[in-house]
Formats: sequence, structure tokens, C-alpha cells
Amino acid sequence: MDTHLTENVPAPTPHDYKSDVKPIWCPGCGDYSVLAGITRAMANMGMERHNTVVVSGIGCSSRIPAYTSVYGYHTVHGRSLAVASGVKLARPELNVLIFGGDGDGFSIGGNHFLHACRRNVDMTYIVMDNQVYGMTKGQASPTTEADWCESKLTPEGPGVNPIQPVALALACGANFVARGFSGDPNEVARLIVEGVKHPGFSVIHVLSPCVTFRPEQRGWKSTVHPYGREPTDDPNAAMRAVLEDDGFGLGIFLAGNRRPFQPGSAVTSTIAQIEEGFAV
Amino acid sequence: MTVDSVTIALVGSGGAGAMTAGQMLLDAAANVGWYGLMSRSTGPQIRGGEAAALVRLSPTPVHGPGDRFDLIVAFDWQNVERFAAELPLSDKSVIVTDPSQGEVPAVLAASGAKQIELPIKELAAKIPGGRVNMVGLGAVAAVIGLPRAGIDAVIRKALGKKGDAAVQASSAGIDAGAKEAAGWGLDLELAAPNRGDGVRWNISGNEAAGLGALKGGVKFCAAYPITPATEILEWLAPNLARTGGKLVQAEDELASIAMCLGASFSGVPSITATAGPGLSLMTECIGLGVASETPVVIVDVQRGGPSTGIPTKSEQSDLNIAVYGLHGDAPHLVVGPTSIGDCLFTTQWAVHLAEALQTPAIVLSDQAMGQSRAIIDKPADAPHKAERLLATDLGGGEKYKRYANTESGVSPAAIPGMPGGEHTADGLEHAENALPSSQASDHQKQLDKRLRKLTSHEFGDAWADIEGEGEIAVVTWGSSTGPSREAVRRLEAAGRKARLVAIRLIFPVQPAKLAEALKGVTKVLVVEQTHGAQFHKFLRAHYDLPGEVSVFSRPGPLPIRAREVHETLVSLI
Repeated sequence: MDTHLTENVPAPTPHDYKSDVKPIWCPGCGDYSVLAGITRAMANMGMERHNTVVVSGIGCSSRIPAYTSVYGYHTVHGRSLAVASGVKLARPELNVLIFGGDGDGFSIGGNHFLHACRRNVDMTYIVMDNQVYGMTKGQASPTTEADWCESKLTPEGPGVNPIQPVALALACGANFVARGFSGDPNEVARLIVEGVKHPGFSVIHVLSPCVTFRPEQRGWKSTVHPYGREPTDDPNAAMRAVLEDDGFGLGIFLAGNRRPFQPGSAVTSTIAQIEEGFAV
Repeated sequence: MTVDSVTIALVGSGGAGAMTAGQMLLDAAANVGWYGLMSRSTGPQIRGGEAAALVRLSPTPVHGPGDRFDLIVAFDWQNVERFAAELPLSDKSVIVTDPSQGEVPAVLAASGAKQIELPIKELAAKIPGGRVNMVGLGAVAAVIGLPRAGIDAVIRKALGKKGDAAVQASSAGIDAGAKEAAGWGLDLELAAPNRGDGVRWNISGNEAAGLGALKGGVKFCAAYPITPATEILEWLAPNLARTGGKLVQAEDELASIAMCLGASFSGVPSITATAGPGLSLMTECIGLGVASETPVVIVDVQRGGPSTGIPTKSEQSDLNIAVYGLHGDAPHLVVGPTSIGDCLFTTQWAVHLAEALQTPAIVLSDQAMGQSRAIIDKPADAPHKAERLLATDLGGGEKYKRYANTESGVSPAAIPGMPGGEHTADGLEHAENALPSSQASDHQKQLDKRLRKLTSHEFGDAWADIEGEGEIAVVTWGSSTGPSREAVRRLEAAGRKARLVAIRLIFPVQPAKLAEALKGVTKVLVVEQTHGAQFHKFLRAHYDLPGEVSVFSRPGPLPIRAREVHETLVSLI
């Protein structure tokens, strides 16, 4: 990604990237720490606020843009990746990041996720996975276990198997795929920095517990573990390793070599010349 | 004796080359100085299947389809019953038929049209590389008196690359058809062209819409193919690239409108084009454009609906979804071009208005304009450009308010790259500073502002085409304008006065302007191509129509013809 770095000014701090808006999240929500990781990553890179755009859909984590001090666009449910693609394709010089949750990204936005991965526009997607729809008060998401019976909507459990976001990202052709955990915002910040710096579409899957509807996720801090391998640039090797992972391995799975998609060409005609083509 | 308009159908299954012959006929007529209109009737087949090129030529500008067909040349009669209703004939019509293709279908023969046998296939077979469509074209040319030089130029242009043999084969085919037709003695010779000095264009409505986008300053398009809008996108792909813009193919219409909003949020004027099914998918994001005050232009090339409907045929039945299809109170711009050439002006105007008022604009074209091709006088240049009001003095003492409650309702925009303008644009209701708010006062203020910027804007004369005078008026819009205009002129030619009001600016409504345009009118005829009289009901909801009001409304796929509007008007007088 092209990063606009500040020069000749004091090094920015994470605080410079925070707005003064108080989040709507529940106390203890993992998203606070992810937000801290995001602003830390921005500060570490010295991103120019006015040349940075963050885009989101709808959901708890999609509220993040207003909590930052950069340009933001809080859009509609599921379409954040398409909106963000429009930003980056039209203005390639901007830094573009997308924030959202598992429902926004993999259910209503699933088709856009597939195509964002294969399109490989140079932007970074931070998807906060809590395996539940929090904003609508606790329904099963595409990453919820088939036998989770705590939702009034599916009291017998959703009954369908969850998707594996990291495997899906690899299968669809994402160029950089990593997993972090909200309990370690420094590591989240590091993964974001790596993802932003890596050309093409970067997916950072962040396990971010919902303490209200999935209180058992408080236990994730003892479930997560280092993924334990060096990042590869080979999608096949990454996929094999991910299929052996338990879904809680943290680290960078793939830093691939695909060329980002960025059409654009020099001006070769005036409109008057084009109009001449219609003359009888 | 000559005629001042001739309407011709070239009919044949896909492989016969009816469309190519129709295109060459139109091009040749343009070369010699006639005006023309070519529409197409095709079935749902991807390739092949029944097809007809429907061509009307005249020394004066052609506003719409002819009342009936003067001449049909059929290369074969395969599946013709599927669109026979689109081929109105009378006992004055002429059907040229190849005896090797069987009898003229009863559905057409019943008109009492004169039948002439022409062994098209046999004549073509005698020519090395000969093709039936060139024999047919030669016959048509001889009947209407199309000078040979006009055709030769078209053949050279179309086939020159294929070499002399191809050119000679086509010429021989034309000669063979013309030779046979020379002895028919039909009274269908078209009056001499009046070429004049002005530049003429050969353009389709979809191309004109694409050109309007370019001239308005569009630099980004996200595209998802759909009949009958795809040609806009395919025209824009190379031409945006040539002018420094870009087109991206999206995964669906949800993505194409969302990408356009993203590009526009970044300050780049954006457009997409679709048809009814795509517009249905886009409505949520169009509402986001309204709420977040992000300009975008959506060209809806209407087709028969609902659902998949009749993709290849025209209708004006997306009026309701275009005006009312968004949830919440979501005022936005809706405009409709009134002719093929006007697709240029209206799309360019829509780009300008969307940017000036920071809101989505829906351009309601339709299949009849989009996929038809006309010979027209070169449209006048319009001044309309994309000019967004940008924030100034950012980064000073006061924090920037993206949705400042200004008198005009238009708030100065900050776009990425402008230091001090950082904010989060939002589809959530918000306060002036763009932060989410569910307070009654903020909701009221922002709703008022988003409506006010539309209702307080002065749209000038372009809101409608207004012609003629008198106490009877046709009020219409979109592609119903052409036949309505011709009907009004026929009344005028017969010494009766009538007015035409073709509304280009559908929303926001202009009640004072329409009242002025209809001053003194005692009878109104509303003309539209829908089943549910959507336009009439829309007018009733927003306007006071004077006097006695009648409605001529019917769904597609049959085009509205001037004769029908004229007869209705006469019956009202």
C-alpha cells in the first residue's frame, strides 16, 4: 500500500487517531482493544490522517470509523468492501482500511468478501470475529458453532457448520492473511502494519470476544496460541497449514506475491475527439 | 410522387443479417442526408432466433416509430408470430417475401398488404459470397430511391477490411435486389433529403447517455451487465479510459452502486447503469447516498417488468421505484431524457445536479431509446459540469461540520486529501458534525435540509420540453415524448392548436412551472407506457392538472405510435 507518512512533525501517538466519541460497546468488549491496536498501527506508520479512509458496514465493530480521527464512511450492512474498493480504485494514493464483523463480512457481505479477495485491491480488512450478531442482541453468525443454543432465533442451534474465515480468504485469493486476538493489541497493531504495508488485499482476522452474548469467549485468552510457522508466500502451503490449525493460531499465514488490481491509463483523447466518432 | 416518411422492417432469423442490413440502410440514408431511427426487435436468444430491424427514414427529424410499416422485407418467416404484433400493417403496406420460405404468415397477410415475391435466396446464391441481406437491402434502396453512392460508402466502410471480394459480393447483391425492385412501381419513394450545413450524428440512446456522463465530468464507473443497459457500460469502458477515468466490473449491482459511492465519497464523479432488477438491488445504497449526501448517477434503462419481465422490450414502469423505491423519507433526483439525443443532455445534467446537490440522481431511460439508433442534428453543447461545493478554511478554530445546516441545504464537502476535513460520512442519522444522533431535533433538521436543497434549487428551463399552444395539452415523459410530439404536430398541421409538455425533471416536482405551462388549458391527455398509469398517478399526487384529464397508458412491449396519440387527441376535441 502507498502510505503517506508525516514528515518534520512530532511523531504521532495513537491518541492522535482517536476521536472524542465514546464507543457504544459493552464494558469488556474485545473491540476496544482492536480499536487501540488500529490507532497504534496508524501511529506507528505515521499515516496522514487526511489521506486515510476507513470504511465500515453495520454492526458493533463497524462503528469504529467515528471513533477515529481520519476520513471515514459508515455505510450499509455488508457493503463495506465494495465501497472501500471504490475509494481505492478511484483514488489509489489514499490509505484504505475496512473494519467490520463476522456477520457483516461473511454473511450479508459474503459475496463481496469473495470478490474482494480475488480482486486484490490494495487495502486492508480488519474483521473482528465474535461468532455472534451483537448489535441485534445475540443471533448466530456464519462463524457460530452449529450447536450453539443460546439464541432465541435458533433455540436448537443454527444447525449448520461455521465457515473458517482464514481458509476462505486463502481460497478466494487474498494476498495477505493473518489472525490476531484482541487480548494482544500490540500484536494486532503489528499485523495491521504488516497488512497495510503488503501490496494487495490484506485480511486480518481478529478474534474479538463478545462478553455479553458469548461470555464463554473470555476463555479465548487461554485458547489462542502462536501459529508457530514463518509466513509463506505460497498460498498452497498456507492453506495446508491453515487446515491443520484449530482456528486459534495467531500470526501471519500468507504474504503472497499477487499483483494488486489497479486499473488506470493515461489520457489519450479529448471528449471532442470521441464525439467526432458519431458524426455522419 | 414522393412520401415524407417511410417505415421499413427487415425480418429474418439471426443468421440472415437483418440487423446488419438495417444498420447499413440507416447509415446509407444518413450519408445522403435523410434523418432516421432504427429500433430492433429481438427475442431472448443469445444468438440467432427471430430478429427484425425496424427503420424509419424521413427528410425531417424522426421522433418515433411510424404508424405502420410501409414495407416489410422478409428473408424468412421463422418465429415471426412472436413479434407480429410489433409489425402493424395496412392494405397500403407492401410485403416482400421469398417464395422459397413459404407463404406469408396469416397473421400478417390478414392486413390485406400487397405481396411481392422476390427470390432472395436464389438471387444471393448466384453471387459468389452473396448474402440474402444485401439482396434485400438493394430492393429497399430501389423502392425508396436511396442513391447508390450512399450505399457504396457504407459497404466500403463496413467491408473494406475484408477485401475487394467481400465488397464486390455485397455490391452484386445490392444490384440484384435493386434490379428486381425497379419494376415494382411502388409509391414509396422518399422525398429528397435536405442535407443543410449542420453536422449530423448517428448515435444510440445508450451511447448518448455514456457521452453525457463523460461531458458531465464522470471519471469512475462500476458496472454489472444487464439488458438493455449494457451498451452504456461497454461504451464507457474504453472511453473513460481514454479520458483518464476508469471502469471496473463489479460482482453484482449491490457492489457496483457501493463502489460508485466509495469513489464519489473520495471526490470522483461516478456513474453506473442498470435496468429494473439492478435498480431494485441498488435501492439500499441509493438511500445511503441520500443520507450521507454522496452524489452518484444511476442510469436505469427501463425494460418490461416486474421481476425479470421482458428484458429486450421497452416500458416506463420503473417510475414508481425510481421516485418512491427508497425506504424512509429519501428525496433525490429523478430525471428522464425525452429522446435518443436527449439522453446526452439529460445524463450530463444529472451528473451536474447530483454533484451540485450532493445526492443521487436516477436517469430513467428505456430500451426504446437506449437500444435504438437515430440520425439527429448534432446536439448543442450544454454547460453542465460536475462541480461539488467544497469546504474552505479547514483546520481553523472551528471543527468542520460535514452536514452543516446551511440556508441552501447544501453543505460544503470535505473530501479525503483535505487536511482538517476529516469526518465520518454516515448512513446513520447524524448531527451537523456528522456524528450519529437519534435526537428528534437532529433528525428533523437533516430531513429538512436534504429536502430543502432539492426544493429550493432553481432548475431553469430544462425541467421540461414545452412546445405549442392551445387549450389541449399532452403531458408526457421519456420515450413517450416522441410519438406525442408527432401527434401534436399533426394536429397543428391540420390547423388545430395543441401543446406538448414533456417533463424531464421528474423529481423534485415543479408545480408552479407546470401550472404556468398549462395556463389556459382545458383538456389534458397524459401519455405513458405503463400498465398502472404510474405517471398519471404521480402527476395527480403532486400537481393540479387543469380541466378534463384523460390518460393514454398501456404497458410494453408495443411502442406507442403517433397515430394512437393523435386519434386520442382528436377524440377529445
